[in-house]
Amino acid sequence: MPAVRAEKLTKVFDDLRAVDAIDFEIGEGECFGFLGPNGAGKSTTMRMIHCASPITSGELDVLGMAVNGRCREIKAAIGVAPQENNLDPDFTVRRNLTVYGRYFGLPKEVLEERADRLLEFMQLTEKRDERIQDISGGMKRRLIIARAMMNDPRLLILDEPTTGLDPQARHLIWEKVRELKRKKVTVVLTTHYMDEAERLCDRLVIMDHGKIILEGRPRELIDQVIGTDVMEIDEPTDEMETYVKVRGWQYERTIDRMLIYTEEGQNVAAELKERFAMSYYLIRNATLEDVFLRTTGRALVE
Amino acid sequence: MSLISNISWRSMALWKRNRDVFLTTWKTNFLPPFLEPILYLVAMGLGFGALIEADIEYGGRSLEYIKFLAPGLVAISIMYGAFFECTYSSFVRMYYQKTFDAILATPLSLEDIIAGEILWGATKSFINATIVLGVIAAFGYAEFPGLLLIPLISFVGGLMFASLAMLFTALVPNMDSFNYPFFLLITPMFLFSGTFFPLNVLPEWGQQLAMTLPLTHISNMARDLSYNMMSAELAIGAAYVIALTAVCFLASAYLMKKRLVK
Ligand SMILES: Nc1ncnc2c1ncn2[C@@H]1O[C@H](COP(=O)(O)OP(=O)(O)OP(=O)(O)O)[C@@H](O)[C@H]1O
Ligand SMILES: [Mg+2]
Repeated sequence: MPAVRAEKLTKVFDDLRAVDAIDFEIGEGECFGFLGPNGAGKSTTMRMIHCASPITSGELDVLGMAVNGRCREIKAAIGVAPQENNLDPDFTVRRNLTVYGRYFGLPKEVLEERADRLLEFMQLTEKRDERIQDISGGMKRRLIIARAMMNDPRLLILDEPTTGLDPQARHLIWEKVRELKRKKVTVVLTTHYMDEAERLCDRLVIMDHGKIILEGRPRELIDQVIGTDVMEIDEPTDEMETYVKVRGWQYERTIDRMLIYTEEGQNVAAELKERFAMSYYLIRNATLEDVFLRTTGRALVE
Repeated sequence: MSLISNISWRSMALWKRNRDVFLTTWKTNFLPPFLEPILYLVAMGLGFGALIEADIEYGGRSLEYIKFLAPGLVAISIMYGAFFECTYSSFVRMYYQKTFDAILATPLSLEDIIAGEILWGATKSFINATIVLGVIAAFGYAEFPGLLLIPLISFVGGLMFASLAMLFTALVPNMDSFNYPFFLLITPMFLFSGTFFPLNVLPEWGQQLAMTLPLTHISNMARDLSYNMMSAELAIGAAYVIALTAVCFLASAYLMKKRLVK
């Protein structure tokens, strides 16, 4: 049974199709990513999965339960770290965890033990008695993730978990996600950091304007869409572009650069160097960021 | 009806949340409801009451003005306790603190949240009214055993005012808009619900109008119980309170859903 299954899932706000008939299936124990530019519909999809937002049409099952009808059971079994900070400013750091856990009907001993353990893991133990207003933005983010794990969820939704975190804290969260994966917890993640998605996600989708435009494993997507190498050339000339086009190489030209996508970067570079004077160029490995920009449109000139 | 079937015991978790916040600031929470009735008793009862030479006629009994006034103060505290809590305080939690949004990600339904807020609002009425009752009982302005039922009235009346308040909270665009229900509803009730003077001094139409106001019934019930009077008003009041509570609760849950679930 998949952890999440969506069929023709649609969300309409007034006259905006925020999520437009998407299909996807997330396996149990998988880390699944949703990528896409601002307003693509990622958070809306997350909110439908955790029953905060009713679906307009289509089907959506979470842990084998349909979202219309079994919300309470679904919400009891999953953890949610929303994109926006909604910690409880009336309580201290630690009590945010225990009070939140109480909404799940957990007994006091469990609440206390889990709160301490999660604070420890998120390295917030020192701040346990601080008020929410007095901790930094990154600490709030960490606390929200800790809070999402208070009910020991089978499925964890992380909507931009690492936005605004310092590198240490990001690594901390990654470590935690990998640990959860080992425990067969399903993780659904949205992020704007491509390195993060590449590192963590078993599979991912790229959304744009409410639609899924690409789906697959990060490595495979890179191979399919880009190849292995990218050659970046500063200030390319039109003759250069014509040559690349005639050679049939995949490329993209932006205002001040040309990017050539290839399997054999060194050969391409050698060939170009013979014919053109290039002030500066580099050959690097293709990344998910290339896939993202390629598919959601970076190019100002095609 | 799903608005009702979606309510569960889990709403108590929200009640507990609000209680915990209340207890962390209890010192500032207990003093005003304790001091305010004393101020009113002194100013209105002793000061203003000294000008009133004749006794007040109420339900066939004649009473000193201050003794007439005292149960009215209990009724007022019932109204304000829940109404403030479920307008300003609930709005802050809903709108600014996003507390409802956060809790909606847990097994609580929106109906649980509304029910929990209203239960808590009623609890505030209960706490405040019981404090006021203690003060007036200490002066001998309320009598045993009838006064023992007043805390119950304060909770039930609190449910009514909390539900009414929640209706406005679901509707207002911002906090300033609460001025309207306060100015158009709460202040007239404060003054014209048989709290400060017996309604029989009003013309017939005025008395009938007053009987449509929620606070009139709470005030009458509190007064009858304070003087150990078993009157029809207790039954009428109870029916009124239950009916208005039910209507306001359902309407507020419906409107809140429309407002928050997008
Ligand atoms: N409550 C709402 N009412 C109306 N429109 C909404 C609502 N919530 C979201 N939208 C719209 O739906 C679209 C998708 O929004 P969503 O928050 O899902 O984007 P996102 O992919 O999470 O973007 P970001 O990367 O900026 O977080 C946007 O155009 C947004 O304006
Ligand atoms: Mg988002």
